Amino acid sequence: MADEKSIAKPPAEEVDATELTRSGFCYRPSVDIFERADELVVEADIPGATGDYIDIDFKDGTLTIHAKVKPRQAEKQEYLVREYGVGDFRRSFHVSEAIDAGKITAEYADGVLTLHLPKSEAVKPRKIAVRAD
Amino acid sequence: MVFRQIGGRHPVAQMRQEMDRLLSGFLGNVAESGWPLVGRSRPAVNVWEDAGAIYVELELPGVKKDELEIAVAGGELSIKVERPEVEQKGVTYHRRERGIGSFARILRLPVDVDPDKVEAELVGGVLTITLPKSEAARPRKIEVVSSR
Repeated sequence: MADEKSIAKPPAEEVDATELTRSGFCYRPSVDIFERADELVVEADIPGATGDYIDIDFKDGTLTIHAKVKPRQAEKQEYLVREYGVGDFRRSFHVSEAIDAGKITAEYADGVLTLHLPKSEAVKPRKIAVRAD
Repeated sequence: MVFRQIGGRHPVAQMRQEMDRLLSGFLGNVAESGWPLVGRSRPAVNVWEDAGAIYVELELPGVKKDELEIAVAGGELSIKVERPEVEQKGVTYHRRERGIGSFARILRLPVDVDPDKVEAELVGGVLTITLPKSEAARPRKIEVVSSR
């Protein structure tokens, strides 16, 4: 089945062993990140996560998303076809913009986590009037 | 599974070919070409069964119920997602990794299912389809009668 173009879940890069309290796979969610004049928006695909267990951390310019996903089948379930695994999601980003951390908002719907990171006042583009003599 | 020596090829290569053929016969993808709705990517599926039903699960983050069309016919399960390719306007993308647009997938079912009893649930971006096996397809205990 090597010619199938199914989307494979990329595994997360070095996850701190100390962070995970249970063994299991950790995956790197696909994201869209786009920038508006006044905010940065991050949309991450994290299907199967529960709202209570999504951890969003913003420290020293690094945004970290960690979502716990409850296994949906027994560990020794046998599959007829198994194209993806189920596990936690984790990903970190360095954010170069100055963000007002206190105003970050997050929504989780239909398996998609949407984060709004408002830029700090100082960074917002400001029109500078040019005075010409 | 019977291993046959065909033209003296290595049995391991043959075993792999047998497996591929077996699996694609069971759950192969039909209509690889010319299916109008196959988009640029195809969602991954997990399939398992128990005595009473076949279960098919897909992760479809961001997909809404009304964009989904699931059908069972002729021993095949088809899953179609129809949605417009939305792009945010007036923004600068820094990363663009998530799927957009429509896609479809067809799975051949290994046993007969009862199409009237098929159920599908979409929760938290995870679609779970339960296909109860038809009576004839369910495993039956065969009583062994010993005769004197």
